[in-house]
Amino acid sequence: MTDTLSPDHAPETPAKRKGVKRRAFLIGGVAIVGAGLFGISIADSNAVKDAKARITGKGEHNFATWLKIGEDDAITIYSPHTDIGQGSNTGLAQMLAEELDAAWEQVRVVSAPAEPSFANVGLGRGFLADTSGQPAIINGIPQSFLSFIARQMNLQMTGGSTALRFTGQVTFQKVGAAARLALMEIASTRLNVPIGQLTTQDSRVIHAKSSQSLRYGELAAEAATLSLDNEPTLKDPTQYRLMRQSMQRLDIPAKVDGSAQYGMDFAIPGMRVATIQAAPVRGGKLKSVDTAPALAIKGVEKVIKLDDAVAVVAKGYWPAISGLRTLAPSFSDGGQSGISTASIFKAQDAAIAKGEADGEAGEGDVQAGLGVKPIQAKYQVPFLHHAMMEPFALTAQYKDGKLDIWGGMQDPLATKMMAVEVSGLDADNVAFHPMIIGGSFGRRLPMYMEIVSQVTQLAMQLPYPVKLIWSREEEVAQGAYRPQSSALLSASLTDKKRIAAYRNDYAQPESAEDETVFPYTLPAVSRRHFAHVSNQNTGAWRSVNSTQQGFYNESFMDELAYAAGEDPVIFRRNHLRSDSRHLRVLDEVAARSGWNTPVPAGRGRGVALVESFRTIVAQVVEASVGEDGMPKVHKVTTVVDAGSIVNPDAAMAQIEGGTIMGLSSAIGEAITLEKGKVQQSNLSDYLLLTMAQSPLVQDIHFLNSGAPMGGIGEPGVPPAAPALTNALFAATGKRIRNLPIMTQAKG
Amino acid sequence: MAIQTSINGKAVRLSAEPDTPLLWVIREELGLTGTKFGCGIAACGACTVHVDGEPARSCSLPVSEVAGKSITTIEGLKSADGTLHAVQRAWISAQVPQCGYCQSGQIMAAVALIEKTGRPSDAQIDAAMTNLCRCGTYPRIRKAIRAATGQAAQAVEGAV
Repeated sequence: MTDTLSPDHAPETPAKRKGVKRRAFLIGGVAIVGAGLFGISIADSNAVKDAKARITGKGEHNFATWLKIGEDDAITIYSPHTDIGQGSNTGLAQMLAEELDAAWEQVRVVSAPAEPSFANVGLGRGFLADTSGQPAIINGIPQSFLSFIARQMNLQMTGGSTALRFTGQVTFQKVGAAARLALMEIASTRLNVPIGQLTTQDSRVIHAKSSQSLRYGELAAEAATLSLDNEPTLKDPTQYRLMRQSMQRLDIPAKVDGSAQYGMDFAIPGMRVATIQAAPVRGGKLKSVDTAPALAIKGVEKVIKLDDAVAVVAKGYWPAISGLRTLAPSFSDGGQSGISTASIFKAQDAAIAKGEADGEAGEGDVQAGLGVKPIQAKYQVPFLHHAMMEPFALTAQYKDGKLDIWGGMQDPLATKMMAVEVSGLDADNVAFHPMIIGGSFGRRLPMYMEIVSQVTQLAMQLPYPVKLIWSREEEVAQGAYRPQSSALLSASLTDKKRIAAYRNDYAQPESAEDETVFPYTLPAVSRRHFAHVSNQNTGAWRSVNSTQQGFYNESFMDELAYAAGEDPVIFRRNHLRSDSRHLRVLDEVAARSGWNTPVPAGRGRGVALVESFRTIVAQVVEASVGEDGMPKVHKVTTVVDAGSIVNPDAAMAQIEGGTIMGLSSAIGEAITLEKGKVQQSNLSDYLLLTMAQSPLVQDIHFLNSGAPMGGIGEPGVPPAAPALTNALFAATGKRIRNLPIMTQAKG
Repeated sequence: MAIQTSINGKAVRLSAEPDTPLLWVIREELGLTGTKFGCGIAACGACTVHVDGEPARSCSLPVSEVAGKSITTIEGLKSADGTLHAVQRAWISAQVPQCGYCQSGQIMAAVALIEKTGRPSDAQIDAAMTNLCRCGTYPRIRKAIRAATGQAAQAVEGAV
């Protein structure tokens, strides 16, 4: 069956929004065809055979590759996503098990093998169907991988808040429902009763009339031989017993007793540990290094020179890092040593001032509307580091012509393909083994992870397995940062306190147009992108462009409200359509936060409203300035409309954590450059929010409007920064336009 | 020259060089990987263990300094019959971990705090729980500590 991807299968109606481009996914006009609903083309019997052979043992039976039912009733679900702590594997299991009517205590989830037969078609379909609300995180995929996509729909990426809304809705619910129908069909034959008289519950097919029932384990062998219904009818949500319930996360028990095995924890006999330093000025190369001092350290075995880095291989991490620290490698600067934080802002300002935009979207005659004297404000945000708690660690072994790599990555299949490219081996001789990830937030996408190439190069020349660990210093200095960006916002007001025209001119490497949503209805609005590229590696940072765009737009809306002499909530209301979901979310947050009640002395309240990944979040922050001059956040009220929620408590955790990450970046985080080199060294000078700095009270409420499901991992982040700076303005009269805030609000 | 110490109640002789941080001895020599490497400079607390009952950041503690002392890691919190420590159970009830990488250290810090204070106030929690968490699980860590010590789950602003 060759199945072209048509909008009929889309989980959501594509937005018809002006200026929206097709996804980066389609770069080069690559047509994605040949992929069946259930992850592999059903006609591609080799792929089916391969998938089954890899995961299905004796007494086990496979359905559509993603589901395995044991004769002992054990239910195993293969997730093509990486659970980075967002709970997506539990959510995916809830969705499949719901439609299957599986007994929850018998369900477990494991990572799908990093093989083309487990490529994530649901995600591909989601990207194609939903051309907005997605980050450009698949740019920079290696050429061989792109062609591989064209051949095999080779995608296992986690990112863009896509797991449940795409993979879950497009694939997993349907796999569960189709497998249930197959089990019922076999039961109907065995019990010799019409299928219409059968029901299912807790992994059994039940014939109530005759008080007979059959276990799924008894039916699985025969049911697995049937061809599955590609478009089974799904349950009515009123029948749900697993979805929309706060099932405990399946991964948590192993994370409280120390038994969870992360990439950092992997070990095999004979393994050595390596650590590495790359050129401190990105773009530089290794010129020379005297290896003798490191080799004099007890436990150090080798010093390996790569094109742009030097690695020390030792019996353990301590001799490896001690050896690396004795070295004084000489690196070139690749001609990049003139770059600094200031030089980037200067170049961005100049690009905006010149006015030759690289991309423009919007509507109405903005130029005329702005008039000769618009209200203007300039905002700046720095590079941000992901600072996931587990530094990079990958283990690789090259033995008997085969390369094996172990670790945690957001895209196992692409990781494998990168290793294929670097090693020159055939894909059949390279395997990637996914492990638990200690945080990622967009950092562990292979296209900007040099460690994949580094560990492959090391393993190919070493006679033993090697675990390459990046020190935290390397992690901070060699990030794939949220881009440094600036914006000039301009607007004019009518005498009725309404916006007449609004322009957002922003400078950064890539356009944010695909993923940022401006919720307000205005007579004339323009968004212009001015491309500016530095020597830094920029990547997807949780919620991607919505952090800076949310900060720009929601700060400026606040400034305009004050300029109009209007309450910030009322001012926003006046520019939202009366039937919009945004308005409901805003009204709800105003009511729940006590927006119209007096603020305790010394504090201010600020509001922000940001849609990202198709989820609308409004926040009210109550804040003051502490004695140390730093912002003190007392209370955050958040209202979320993600359409519907699969696991309310897990969703709540994502909003809580996302809010804290947003506040953290707003208050203290910045990567700065001087002479082309990152100035921060570790978590001592890249400042993450602490428990004491976090708001004591977070009141979070979900509206569940029933709109198409939005993302939940990322949308909690963007409103926090503008809601906080708006609150500080209300408290102090100081408008903070450059992040991080640090002590800027000090009196 | 071997260093003698006790890990999770068992006497051990360690062969590591004396300047090796305790963290790497625990992880690489003893194979107890529940204690995590996060920063290497005692800034994040992912490597927190107990040394004679006191929380210590093992990435910056040379193994020579723990000779003759008693060390407890996350693997040693369970009782002999495998029952989880009350704090670990509270962590599951509150569904605290997200990525989970910092949580061994968070739990070790919380257990030490509770052993010292009995029922820590929010101010005591703020002062003692300086371990970093990038996922932002702080509200649930607070909730779990409060629940484990018989306090109402929800912190109240202004309460002492």
